[in-house]
Amino acid sequence: MLRKTSPRAALIAATLLASVAMPAVADEASGTLNVAFTKELENIDSYFNSSREGVVMQRAVWDGLIYRNPETNEYVGNLATSWEWIDDTTLEFKLREGVTFHNGEPFNADDVVFTVNFVAKEENGVKTQRNVNWMESAEKVDDYTVRIKLKKKFPAAIEFLSGPVSMYPNEYYAEVGASGMGLKPVGTGPYRVTEVVPGQHFKLEANSAYHDSPKGQPEIANIDIRTIPDVNTQMAELFSGSLDLIWQVPADQAAKLGQMGQFTVANESTMRVGYLQMDSAGRSGDNPFTNKLVRQAVNHAINRQELVDALLQGSSKVVYTPCFPSQFGCVQDVTEYEFNPEKAKELLAEAGYPDGFETAFYAYRDRQYAEAISSYLNNVGIKTDFKMLQYSALRELNMDGKVPLSFQTWGSYSINDASAMVSQFFKHGSLDSTRDDEVRDWLDVADSSTNPDERIEYYSKALEKITDEAFWAPMFTYNTNYVFTDQVAYTPTPDEVLRFVDMTWN
Amino acid sequence: MLTFILKRLGLAVLVAITVSFISFSLLFLSGDPAAALAGETASGEDIEAIRRLYGFDRPMLVQYGEWLFSALRGDFGESYYFKLPVASLIADRLQVTMLLGLCGILFALLTAVPLGVAAAIRPNSIIDRLALFLSVAGQAMPSFWFGLILIVVLAIQLGWLPPSGASTWRHFVMPTIVLGYYAMPAIMRLTRAGMLDVLESDFIRTARAKGAGETRVLFKHALRNAIIPVVSLAAVQMGFMLGGSIVVESVFALHGAGFLAWESIARNDLPTVQALILVFSMFYIIFTFLADVLNAWLDPRMRSA
Repeated sequence: MLRKTSPRAALIAATLLASVAMPAVADEASGTLNVAFTKELENIDSYFNSSREGVVMQRAVWDGLIYRNPETNEYVGNLATSWEWIDDTTLEFKLREGVTFHNGEPFNADDVVFTVNFVAKEENGVKTQRNVNWMESAEKVDDYTVRIKLKKKFPAAIEFLSGPVSMYPNEYYAEVGASGMGLKPVGTGPYRVTEVVPGQHFKLEANSAYHDSPKGQPEIANIDIRTIPDVNTQMAELFSGSLDLIWQVPADQAAKLGQMGQFTVANESTMRVGYLQMDSAGRSGDNPFTNKLVRQAVNHAINRQELVDALLQGSSKVVYTPCFPSQFGCVQDVTEYEFNPEKAKELLAEAGYPDGFETAFYAYRDRQYAEAISSYLNNVGIKTDFKMLQYSALRELNMDGKVPLSFQTWGSYSINDASAMVSQFFKHGSLDSTRDDEVRDWLDVADSSTNPDERIEYYSKALEKITDEAFWAPMFTYNTNYVFTDQVAYTPTPDEVLRFVDMTWN
Repeated sequence: MLTFILKRLGLAVLVAITVSFISFSLLFLSGDPAAALAGETASGEDIEAIRRLYGFDRPMLVQYGEWLFSALRGDFGESYYFKLPVASLIADRLQVTMLLGLCGILFALLTAVPLGVAAAIRPNSIIDRLALFLSVAGQAMPSFWFGLILIVVLAIQLGWLPPSGASTWRHFVMPTIVLGYYAMPAIMRLTRAGMLDVLESDFIRTARAKGAGETRVLFKHALRNAIIPVVSLAAVQMGFMLGGSIVVESVFALHGAGFLAWESIARNDLPTVQALILVFSMFYIIFTFLADVLNAWLDPRMRSA
């Protein structure tokens, strides 16, 4: 996750940019779009990876029962043609007929039953359990009708079925398992995989027999994906014409590439939210953040707009909610704390800290953002002992309740439902630094009600209390840059998923 | 000689086991492997499930013993990250690294030794100054920077070579230069110093006095003696290149064993890191051993040692 951005990178980018003499030549004649990944994808089998690259491959190679239109957020059938709730915990699907997997195996109810029953079992080791552990099992009604049983009421089921839950071929998967699927993936999706060098190189080919899916038909014949860890090398490949598209490009580099005139730079927001987590429950021992006035002071101390304008740039926005604004239930009518350092000092004085105090402050990514936040806090008298840790190390400290203050981010796994964020952190789980019973009870209702109005009502209650009490200091949303040659036409979506099926040649 | 070799081999095994135990403990201390494995999107419950699944809740010594026992039978387990057998994963990545290391050390020797000899023949001449300049530049220039400069010039501006990748021999030209250049200065300075030293010694004067040709004096008499420390150094450099070409592999997107090790540490992929450390330490041991044998062949006095 950590990208290498440093003065070094900026310097090299400048050198690279100054050196460009050759026009970029796309591989359009042969119909191959060359793309770079930064991170080594561990396994294409989407149930056994937890990376953004994995989501990209999942959407290209497999299909879910349902599809969410990324622009309208409307749900339409994909491998299913219709669905209905039989009761609070049973969903019935009518399946699309005539769909075949890339290996020729026909798609029917057996595949759904097999996939659901396989992934729902904890011992099968699906990496992100939250994506699948709400399902109990599936049963076949007839060849093209299937029922999915839920463990308990779970209204976000439709969102999950349109996202991370995709359908696998039963006979093939039973035979090859996750490691076989990772090397020779087989799905129903718009692209079939022709070659895999684990972590390094993936070749895709348009599925000419793709069904009439709401994803649309693939236009670009071949996709060639190479893992190039260094962003500067990616840029060099782009200049020399051997890459057509790069993404997750740091803001400064993207701005310079945009000025060159031969590349399209598209900026889109992502679902990732950056926030300060404070130990209001006092898990790390007696600390100032157990005092509401101190938490409010922290909220007033930070100039969110300046962070967005100067550092994040692009489509990033200021947020005051502990969730992404487009998520269902993430109501925006909450207490907002304007930037007011004087008020912050007054609040600190009122709380009994007229001269401020000193606290440990942790972060795991985006050091420059964390340092800016640090200086805002210092400015009102909160002296920070700043510590930059690896993600897993910080997470461990956090789970043990040893972190008084930290800069954290959460991407909600691109799930467009508030439960994917608020409910992750405020329901007394190991990462909950608040432990408020009332909030937990409201979230329980909101997470499990099948009545949308009731869900909104209870998320509102929870979010109001969370912001009133200033449990967190939510700050901003992230954005990402996509850079591609002028031969490529593509409009990125706000969910940070690269969709090959939506790409065309100009 | 046989006892000598057996002793050395026994020592090598002990060193390898010690190294593997230390690295295992350090990895264990550095963080919760379950949290790292679960990834950024996982919940606390996901992590608990993984901890149980992989048995991370057991004592470290038990886990190390289990690893060692399997490793001794040649079973290095499955990579936590890639879900593939570690042995095949490493075998695959080592090909690139070994090819690169071999090319790099050859490049370094073929440029450094002639330059070092030339510099020693005419100390303080233009050639000596040039060699000095090259070696200072080589030591001072970070390899990622040199690599990117080469990409800018040779790949983008001139279009002679592909910027990154590993599919043809042309992809290896720039990485070889960068890696070799990094190892070159030390070899060259050592050759120069050794030659200067030897050229002033009595037996060289004797050789010249008895009428031996200058070429014969330089290469048969002088270089053979001056090269002995260079051989040891090159062996160590070779070991370093196999394990330490991380930056070069990253810049040129080569996906070799060095890069794999670096990434695996960040990913807490214990089985992969353990196996790689074992492989790298074996390389060091083998290369120093080979260097001793080679030195013994070059210098008969060393055979009795």
